[in-house]
Amino acid sequence: MAERQQNQRVRRPEEAANSAARGAPVISVRNVVNRFGRQVVHDGVSLDVYPGEVLGIVGGSGSGKSVLLRTMLGLHRPNAGEVLIEGKDIMKMSNEELLAVKRRYGVTFQHGALFSSLTVAQNIQLPIHEYYKASEEALDALAKLRLAMVGLSADACTKLPSQLSGGMVKRAALARALALDPTLLFLDEPTAGLDPISAAEFDQLVLYLQRGLHLTVVMITHDLDTLVTTCDRVAVLIDKKIVADTLEGIMANPHPWIQEYFHGPRARAVQAPKDEK
Amino acid sequence: MLLESQQSGDSLTLRLSGDWCIENIREVEAAVAEIPADGKGTVHVDGSGVSKFDMSGAWLLHQRLDALRTAGANVEFSGQQPEVFHFLKEMAERECAPVRTSDEDAAPLRDGLAWIGRRAVQQGIQTRDAVGFFGHVSLTLGRSLRSLRSLRIPSIARHVYETGIQAIPIVSLIAFLISVIVAYLGAQQLQQFGAEIYTVDLVAIAVLREMGVLLTAIIVAGRSGSAFAAEIGVMRLNEEVDALQSMGVDYFEVLVLPRVIGLVIALPLLTIIADAMGLAGGALLSSLLLDISLTQFIPRVQAALAPTTFWAGLIKAPVFALLIAMVGTYRGMQVRDSSRELGRLTTVAVVQSIFLVIFADAVFAVVYVQLDF
Repeated sequence: MAERQQNQRVRRPEEAANSAARGAPVISVRNVVNRFGRQVVHDGVSLDVYPGEVLGIVGGSGSGKSVLLRTMLGLHRPNAGEVLIEGKDIMKMSNEELLAVKRRYGVTFQHGALFSSLTVAQNIQLPIHEYYKASEEALDALAKLRLAMVGLSADACTKLPSQLSGGMVKRAALARALALDPTLLFLDEPTAGLDPISAAEFDQLVLYLQRGLHLTVVMITHDLDTLVTTCDRVAVLIDKKIVADTLEGIMANPHPWIQEYFHGPRARAVQAPKDEK
Repeated sequence: MLLESQQSGDSLTLRLSGDWCIENIREVEAAVAEIPADGKGTVHVDGSGVSKFDMSGAWLLHQRLDALRTAGANVEFSGQQPEVFHFLKEMAERECAPVRTSDEDAAPLRDGLAWIGRRAVQQGIQTRDAVGFFGHVSLTLGRSLRSLRSLRIPSIARHVYETGIQAIPIVSLIAFLISVIVAYLGAQQLQQFGAEIYTVDLVAIAVLREMGVLLTAIIVAGRSGSAFAAEIGVMRLNEEVDALQSMGVDYFEVLVLPRVIGLVIALPLLTIIADAMGLAGGALLSSLLLDISLTQFIPRVQAALAPTTFWAGLIKAPVFALLIAMVGTYRGMQVRDSSRELGRLTTVAVVQSIFLVIFADAVFAVVYVQLDF
């Protein structure tokens, strides 16, 4: 437990503010436009993700957070604009190149999306088995490693997803996302539906892995606690555009929705204990 | 080549190089296997030549080195220990959440006797559940018939449309083809006795009494039985059924009854269409193959049929419909937890409803003979 406390990030605004100086962006979204029929979801969205940072994406329901994530993953083709991963446009990549990119990122989905007919170990081994020819013993060892990384004991291996609790499903999904030793992690609402204690533990887990493995993390979240504890920068999807800044910078933004989000009754309840410190 | 080992006296030096990562997992495995397991003395590990270490590569090496340590060797890293190893070490010290599961693992099959016993109990429970399901449906039906509102007419109409009207093309086609086959077979055999005219009797009786209703029921079991099971099964997986229950809505009334009633209405109507198409097929083949024109065919059919023949076939339709709809919805309701379960129970629904339809048909045949119907 004491160690968990150490992981608690000490926020230094200047460090986060310098993120622009941290080198070339890993992902950069340029003027992306997404339309569904007549409804415009994104109208010229631009966003840079820098190596080694944790970027939180927030926005109201229906503001297109998930669509943005799917666009970054190359699962959705935008109507206009481009998505560059390490400087290369994923829309123009050949299938082989796209596969090579996909091997380098891990994704967790909102409801876990574990394959319900496979055991937890098989879920983790599936991507490894698809790409590399590892022996049974190595696959076993690797599955156990991923489980240990996310803090699940080895007896989870033989369980089916339906036998796990909500928090464990999230952890197992994270273990599967880490299967190919990615450098980039996408998390879609990682703490949604968890009790506050499990959610806080999950936040610490994400930070711990991010720090230990030098991951770049992009997460969609509604949880203000998660945002405050884990994220270096926050991107707000608002009026079909994006505003990205450090948490402090965003909170100072005069836009009414942002003010409501960070200074509404629920936000005050979250921040009150922090101000006392 | 990821590993060079050098044995000098009591100490072993391992020189690592290249990429120790998941992309070369095969090579990593081979390299790790080369490290002798009977470690004695001192093992020096030199990781300075490694260009890339990831968790997977480090883990396999780490496990081997740990095994060496427990065997009594003294493992030392010369120079800087790769950073991932620090992380691995830290990780090993972290406590893991124990896994609590919702239910116990099934005990391994110790012996045949226990297996037979367990299956027998399971069968008993299943039979009881099935009877209970039937009773519940009957009760709900009785209650619903008293008030029109709880009968859910729009829902019934939807199921009549989906299971009945949409099935007309395939049912007609199959009835037509089957009667052509029967007529063709019959004509060939009966021609030997100069009794071709009896082909008409054969087709008319076979189609009206058996083929029309049986084939229609089998097609509908495949089409709608599976649809019922899958639809309700997915609702179960999405917890929609629980949502209905929590609202105090009787899901038998909303989900099961409209399907049962819809199919009980649709299947007899489909059977009539199948009968008509079957006779049309017979008529066509008779005129092409046997030179029996339509004006001869119709009186012959009328002469061949007893007044009860048509009803003998049609009476079975609602019974078959009841069986198909019940099995489909019952199996759908049993879906729990996983997508595999959904697939399995949908298959079970189709196989069982076809079996039950044929079994019921056999019972009807015996009863008809006894009643001289």
